[in-house]
Amino acid sequence: MKERMSIVLFSGTVDKLLAASILATGAAAMDMDVEIFLTTWGIEAFRKDAYKTNTRISSDFADYGSTMRELMTAKKAPTWMENILGAREIGNVHIAACSMTLDLFGLTLNDLEPIVDEITGVASFMERARESKVSLFI
Amino acid sequence: MSGTIDTAVDKEIDARGSFCPGPLMELIRGMKVLPVGGVLAVLSSDPGSAKDIPAWIAKAGHEFLGAEQHEGYTRYIARKAR
Repeated sequence: MKERMSIVLFSGTVDKLLAASILATGAAAMDMDVEIFLTTWGIEAFRKDAYKTNTRISSDFADYGSTMRELMTAKKAPTWMENILGAREIGNVHIAACSMTLDLFGLTLNDLEPIVDEITGVASFMERARESKVSLFI
Repeated sequence: MSGTIDTAVDKEIDARGSFCPGPLMELIRGMKVLPVGGVLAVLSSDPGSAKDIPAWIAKAGHEFLGAEQHEGYTRYIARKAR
């Protein structure tokens, strides 16, 4: 069995999504399975088409928002969604959405991007995360 | 790490200007389609590649043939071993 990295993706801001997506890419490249559990604002980020217009950035660095966007465009940095798709292309990246958050926001799996594999509860995420070599909360 | 590496390459990918993890992704994609025994060169201007590319090649079980330093970029050369 491959080693695994588990990420609880709580954030929906582009800066943190970018970090999570690059870590997922790195883990997939280094032959690890990746488990991503979307909850709260992480669910918002994966709502259908939301990534196309999401320009939110962590509020503690809100003044950097426009600069970061300009730099990313100028340096042709891949978007976080492109990174996630790239990670899936080279490795096994499983993305699960938190049932509690979906219930809270009145959403179903159909409201999310098709790369979200399934709806799970926290217990089944823990079952997959239990044996992870690397566990992150982002 | 410097000097010219005297190896014929089957394919060369120019990933200069590509942002992390771009050059590594280009290398992985390139390796996928290369026949076993083939030699691939990747040009990268990302300083992260200096550690990342050899680390990936070792993990993936390929053969790292070396890196040539050029002005503003590095040329990484690897042979597909499996």
